[in-house]
Amino acid sequence: MADFIMPSLGADMTSGMLVSWLVEEGDQVKVGDIVAEVETAKGVFEVETFNGGVVGKILVQPGDAEIAVGTVLATIGEESAVVAVVDAPTERLRVSPAARRLADENHIDLSQVEATGAQGAISLADVEGLIAAAAASPPVRNAPKKESAVDFKMGMRQAIAAAMSLSNREIPHYYLATDIDMGRSLSWLEEQNRQRSIRERLLPVVLPLKAVALAIAKVPELNAHWVDGQLQLKSAVHIGFAITLRGGGLITPALHNVDQLNLDQLMAAMSDLISRTRSGKLRGSEMTDAGITVTGLGDLGVRTVYGVIYPPQVALVGLGKISEQPWAENGLLGVRPVLTATLAADHRASDGHLGGQFLDALNKFLQEPEAL
Amino acid sequence: MTEAEIKTTIIAGLYQIAPEADFEELLPTENIREELDIDSFDFLNFLIGLDDKLKVEIPESDYEKLISMNDLIGYLQERLS
Repeated sequence: MADFIMPSLGADMTSGMLVSWLVEEGDQVKVGDIVAEVETAKGVFEVETFNGGVVGKILVQPGDAEIAVGTVLATIGEESAVVAVVDAPTERLRVSPAARRLADENHIDLSQVEATGAQGAISLADVEGLIAAAAASPPVRNAPKKESAVDFKMGMRQAIAAAMSLSNREIPHYYLATDIDMGRSLSWLEEQNRQRSIRERLLPVVLPLKAVALAIAKVPELNAHWVDGQLQLKSAVHIGFAITLRGGGLITPALHNVDQLNLDQLMAAMSDLISRTRSGKLRGSEMTDAGITVTGLGDLGVRTVYGVIYPPQVALVGLGKISEQPWAENGLLGVRPVLTATLAADHRASDGHLGGQFLDALNKFLQEPEAL
Repeated sequence: MTEAEIKTTIIAGLYQIAPEADFEELLPTENIREELDIDSFDFLNFLIGLDDKLKVEIPESDYEKLISMNDLIGYLQERLS
């Protein structure tokens, strides 16, 4: 039997709430089946199993308690099978997000806090207790809070803050930019869309998305995770795609196997992903398996995007607004639709030379849109 | 279809995308996408919604004509007549 654990759905997640089980003890499941729903600061996610077999003992029931990442929620597998190897939760303190926040604000060393929460996690009450004791005053009791839009927005902000602080603290970023003549790509796209019904139209962003997927094949060092001081290359091309949410915040779920999709399939996958992101129906794996992220702020008037890498990834591609610019080529001056593409990359994982090769490849692929 | 009916249909479509917006505040000449923060994905879906309700398929080459509420109403009136 293998353990089904509370997954980490991103660098910013230390714990989550179990919202519901979608299976019961004794159910037959296969790899990839959705077995539970988990809520984090970024919303509710469907979580798949990485093991097939029979659902054994369900150890944790849905509830309001924060459950630390790595906690065993259930066992899944063949009764007779050898115990599967499960990533052991790293030996770090289990701390609820609220407790970590409060401790940070009050400069409290978490290793000094006595944990009384579930599975030995440090709860908000533990930190509050310590603060109260230090102040020699009775602990303040928090009334149970109801989840509201404001709370969700604050939670989202905190989650982004945690991931981005980690990024800027640990990742030595370097930045490269290049201007790309989008004339061929846009003419080709216009012609394609003219022949299509409105439901089959492609948005311009699918062209650079596909081009990023193809360019990665030439510079695989950028499609990777940096874990424990080592570069782990990704064999599949899953691209995180920054999607803004109304009411604030953003999520960067993964588009899967972008290198293998044609533009119609990519457009469909992107529409599906945006819709599910905005309606809160993402899968857990979509939050963690991207090897690189693309962010396009082109709908605003932004020309150049200086990105912050989403750890443990090692690169982020920024796409600015396509706008008409003076363009000199072969001794002639003209006007072209120009896209400024930027690369923010982790200097531990790659060098500017490789980054330059990536942007060069990106440019070349966008000059041959019919081959995308 | 009257101008008022067209406007109601447009607002119903925009409401799907931006339910928090105050449509009373939206001036007839303001840039709708900027005012309501509508990205290209939402805008395409808005146009697909208009096609569903009004049976007017707007070609991509006409997107640039559709900036304000007045633009949209005028364009749709012409196409529907």
